[in-house]
Amino acid sequence: MLFDQKNKTINNREDKKLHKVLLFEKIFQKSLGLTGIILIIILISIFITLTITSIPSIKHLGIKFLYGKAWNPVTDEYGALPFLIGTLLTSLLALIISSPFALSTAIFLGEYYPKGLVSNIFKNIIELLASIPSVVYGFWGIVILVPIVRNLETQLHVLPYGVGILTSSIILAIMIIPYSVSLSRQVISMVPPSLKEGAYSLGATRFEVIKKIIIPHTRSGLFASILLALGRALGETMAVTMLIGNSHYIPKNIFSPGNTMASVIANEFTEATGSVYLSVLIEMGLLLFVVTTLINISGRQIIKRYILH
Amino acid sequence: MDKAIKLRFYKDRIFKSGIILLTVLSTLPLLLILFYIVKQGITSINWDFFINLPKPVGEKGGGIINALIGSGIIVFCASLMAIPFGALAGLYLSEYNRDKLAYWVGLCVDVLQGIPSIVLGIIIYLWVVKPTGHFSALSGSIALAIMMLPPIIKSTEETLKLIPVTIKEASLALGVPYYKTILRIILPMGLNGILSGSILSISRVAGETAPLLFTAFGNPFINTNILKPMSSLPLLIYNYAGSAYEDWHKLAWGASFVLIMSILFLNLVTKILERRWRIQF
Repeated sequence: MLFDQKNKTINNREDKKLHKVLLFEKIFQKSLGLTGIILIIILISIFITLTITSIPSIKHLGIKFLYGKAWNPVTDEYGALPFLIGTLLTSLLALIISSPFALSTAIFLGEYYPKGLVSNIFKNIIELLASIPSVVYGFWGIVILVPIVRNLETQLHVLPYGVGILTSSIILAIMIIPYSVSLSRQVISMVPPSLKEGAYSLGATRFEVIKKIIIPHTRSGLFASILLALGRALGETMAVTMLIGNSHYIPKNIFSPGNTMASVIANEFTEATGSVYLSVLIEMGLLLFVVTTLINISGRQIIKRYILH
Repeated sequence: MDKAIKLRFYKDRIFKSGIILLTVLSTLPLLLILFYIVKQGITSINWDFFINLPKPVGEKGGGIINALIGSGIIVFCASLMAIPFGALAGLYLSEYNRDKLAYWVGLCVDVLQGIPSIVLGIIIYLWVVKPTGHFSALSGSIALAIMMLPPIIKSTEETLKLIPVTIKEASLALGVPYYKTILRIILPMGLNGILSGSILSISRVAGETAPLLFTAFGNPFINTNILKPMSSLPLLIYNYAGSAYEDWHKLAWGASFVLIMSILFLNLVTKILERRWRIQF
């Protein structure tokens, strides 16, 4: 009888302890889940904030925002076409300049030298390119690159601004190399060895293996890496702002100064007076956000499918 | 040898040399940038440079003490916010990776990482600066903290995923509650990954300018109040790089040198951490 009584209290005590542990467990799991929910809330509220604050601009301008050519805050005329063209031009030019370099570096690191000292040195150098602040790139561009481009322009008999689309594209190209290299290198090194060995055993040279096996096999991955680099280039602000020349007209050629969406925001946001002006700049930010997000998601989706393949 | 085969060999060799040439060429910009920054920066660095305020145009000398203090405070506050939260979120993603919610959270982290920094500047301007009515260092820290989250979350998640399930199972089999297993066993084992991810993200945001333009704004004087505008190294470089004055350019070179060196140092620390503390199983 007494023994039973004792046993019961022990059981009771242990029940309580277990209960406490279970409670902690629940709180712990819930709070972990909470961090995830907070992240989602942050992202959604970013989107909602941008949308709500750009409503005055959408109401005022409508679709004309996208094709208007005049940008005159004094008369409340805001056409973003010059900046859209500027953004596309600089980013695409940067991709064209950087792609050969990025692709060869990726082949170099993924196929020719995947391991060892040489590979480590080059890998680290390319990674370091990503860690140099964009404002330092811009400063370096102003001091070193602008005079070089100006020289080139005088030799080609175009107006020697020095700053402009080409200058900022060159800097952008340098800045996005590490992003496209890191992904495409991984993709290239993931090609199944059996495929390559099959080709080698048929007497193919390395060049032929790369051209006929590796490149076709990794095509979608390489495309995704370029896409993600494009996402970077579209949103890059500081270096471009310092080098593009800040002109509000549609660039005539690649030497003329222009403006990108990001550089307009950087230059005019703190000076924007009037609710419409500010709201127009925010709408530009919204556009930038939506486009880069779409590019990012589709790039990652392609990569995921490639890896599952 | 057959001519056709010879031609193929030539092609192979030319291709390889082309690849090597282009690879070497793409490392050239980094070397050039580092070379110029060291060359120009080292001459403008001396003791005065670290303890003085910038001088007005025309006066020689001057320093960057306001930006040094500002950068330190802003980045410190940002890490204080981002590192604990990021580590928890990474833990969540690694532990509940089969959850449906976790899939969306993972996507969310990817999207956050891709948001242009200038857009984050706008957002924090609308969320913090506009309601409070003035620029502040704190708002800059919040913007940087959001930028720091994705890399911290990802490196935490990846490190924790590498820890063998058997260790967790052993702990659970001994009757250790789940939360204790996570906090006492899993987290300490993955500490190096969390740490190196955090340091790397600090080195990434230390050089960010765009999100600070409309938040921390810059300040020509020494300020330690995080509710007031504050300068930072990248902001100072941006402001002085665009000017036409030789003295200001000199200050900007010096500031770039200090910034780059601290970023390289942080990168080195990450590399050492990763190498020395890599989980070995």
